[in-house]
Amino acid sequence: MSNPSDYEHLRKLDGDAAEIISRYPQSGSALLPLLHLVQSEEGYVSPAGIEYCADKLGLSTAEVSAVSTFYTMYKRRPVGDYHVGVCTNTLCAVMGGDAIFARLKEHLGVGNDETTEDGKLTLEHIECNAACDYAPVMTVNWEFMDDMTPDKAVRLVDELRAGKDVLSTRGPALCTFKQAERILAGFEDPREGAVAGGGAAGHASVAGLLVSQGRTPTGPVVTTEASE
Amino acid sequence: MAPELTPVLSRGWLDSEPWTLAGYQRRDGYTAVKQALRMHPDEVIQLVKDSGLRGRGGAGFPTGMKWGFIPQNDGKPHYLVVNADESEPGTCKDIPFIMANPHELVEGVIIACYAIRASHAFIYVRGEVLHVLRRLQAAVREAYEAGYLGKNVFGTDFDLELTVHAGAGAYICGEETALLDSLEGKRGQPRLRPPFPAIAGLYASPTVVNNVESIGSVPAIIRGGVDWFKGMGSEKSPGFTLYSLSGHVKHPGQYEAPLGITLRELLDYAGGVRPGHRLKFWTPGGSSTPMFTEEHLDTVLDYEGVGAAGSMLGTKALQIFDETTCVVRAVLRWTEFYAHESCGKCTPCREGTYWLVQILKRLEKGEGSEEDLGKLLDLCDNIMGKAFCALGDGATAPITSSIKYFRDEYLEHFERGGCPFDPSLSTAWADSPLSFARTSA
Ligand SMILES: Cc1cc2nc3c(=O)[nH]c(=O)nc-3n(C[C@H](O)[C@H](O)[C@H](O)COP(=O)(O)O)c2cc1C
Ligand code: SF4
Ligand code: FES
Repeated sequence: MSNPSDYEHLRKLDGDAAEIISRYPQSGSALLPLLHLVQSEEGYVSPAGIEYCADKLGLSTAEVSAVSTFYTMYKRRPVGDYHVGVCTNTLCAVMGGDAIFARLKEHLGVGNDETTEDGKLTLEHIECNAACDYAPVMTVNWEFMDDMTPDKAVRLVDELRAGKDVLSTRGPALCTFKQAERILAGFEDPREGAVAGGGAAGHASVAGLLVSQGRTPTGPVVTTEASE
Repeated sequence: MAPELTPVLSRGWLDSEPWTLAGYQRRDGYTAVKQALRMHPDEVIQLVKDSGLRGRGGAGFPTGMKWGFIPQNDGKPHYLVVNADESEPGTCKDIPFIMANPHELVEGVIIACYAIRASHAFIYVRGEVLHVLRRLQAAVREAYEAGYLGKNVFGTDFDLELTVHAGAGAYICGEETALLDSLEGKRGQPRLRPPFPAIAGLYASPTVVNNVESIGSVPAIIRGGVDWFKGMGSEKSPGFTLYSLSGHVKHPGQYEAPLGITLRELLDYAGGVRPGHRLKFWTPGGSSTPMFTEEHLDTVLDYEGVGAAGSMLGTKALQIFDETTCVVRAVLRWTEFYAHESCGKCTPCREGTYWLVQILKRLEKGEGSEEDLGKLLDLCDNIMGKAFCALGDGATAPITSSIKYFRDEYLEHFERGGCPFDPSLSTAWADSPLSFARTSA
């Protein structure tokens, strides 16, 4: 048995944990959301978080660890305020994802799955994120940043580090990694207007619909890339 | 003449706030479920069977038949699990669908659960799409508040719970039995079949696993009727579907059309391959489907047509690559993906994908030999049909198909001692010269 005091600071999650468990016919199903909940508090799956999940669900810590290490979204080290993903699966890589990733590594002075010295940003190359019609694609805290270029990517991370509000191209203003993990755990975004952020659909999603109406797809918002 | 585009699922995506309950109701939302609830559940199953709807998750299995496999009066709870894991490289249709119109999926869920007598449904969404979760969570709350979910759905004696569940990053969890293990809180690894999920699925109970687009198409079929649906597409592949065009296309995006349209026709709608370039290779249904070339521009894009041409319709994810793209680089990257995502359960895939990457890396660097090509094909032969699940088979598709069509390009790599292509020419900004010099890394 674990020592309950190891996760005393996670006790405040008890109410949320109970709510998550109540959503499933069998409690084991709550493990993935509970691990997200732990990340919403700790910024990663901490040893205390593993014990917390194990005790909540009557599992051994070995069982919880075996699950958490299987999934790439569960992190073994603290993630910065912003998890910055660059898709380098084939289509995005070819369309420029490789160049973007190389540029960001150089600009931020970090390698894959590493966090900047100020603890703000964690950079990772990610797999296809179901947004290939907006290639090359990035994500910040799993929010879409579509139609990227190396220059736009550098501006994006600079703005994040400067603490500016940044909008997702198909979503609301970016929240922090911990706030995102709370949504992943199954709790609605409390921010006014968050659901409506980004509008109905991006330019590529409605390309066929526009053509069917005799109109021309708009394409991405024109960048100032060439004139900078 | 090219078939006309048929926006059905995408019809409201330019409306104002189509993701809300009110927005969906302005487009006949939740009228199909009312119709279905007046029918006997078996009649609903029969209607979906009669429509000929085939699963849009990749394999094309008839949806109504799948529902019909659920044993009745067995005393066990039944479950519906919607597969919203969308992770097959190139596939990008379910995400925009849920984002713009989550209620149409919720309506499909209610109808399907009523038909198969399930009182708890799950939508398993890949975790890396936060905004999709927001829209789904809000839609499900609205549906509960309206009395469309929960106790006494629409005032009937049918009860239904719907849980939105976020995954945590693992492509294999899209495979339906791995998905069920994952939903039970385990590592996502495929199960031995039989028993099939229809008999022993979630919590060992009868379970239907369907793709988002399959379930999302059901309300429209009920609204429009079987004849209307069958009026599109072909006898064996009826209806409309979302084709996703990405890559070197003038206007990439979602194009909803009758099954059986061709890439030539779709490219016509999408403004063609990007200006000044020509088609080199493309996938008909994601990276796990053998690639095609220019010679397949007129292949009929339905289950039979693509199959006859040696590939699979898969997820209808048309990834377009022009002549600037190195096919060896493309295939290496996909293979790295499969090696990374292999769940490790069976040896042919776990070990095989590792060795495929090693050899392809060597080839790409120009350090390989013709013998290596033979080795690649041997390895693929040892994986294809011998792996525990379809991920292993899928991993071989880009390799065997690319060697079939582009053997010379592989050879050129080691004849020249390196890659003959300049990757900067393939980028989205390559043809905008001013930016190019500074943005190439
Ligand atoms: C490796 C692998 C990944 C898969 N990923 C998905 C996926 O993300 N979404 C999906 O609907 N089906 C996926 N499938 C197919 C599912 O196993 C299953 O056939 C499908 O969800 C059934 O739904 P349908 O009959 O409505 O097509 C995948 C299959 C394999 C082998
Ligand atoms: S084929 Fe690959 S993914 Fe499928 S069970 Fe075997 S190791 Fe796992
Ligand atoms: S390949 Fe990058 S989003 Fe699909």
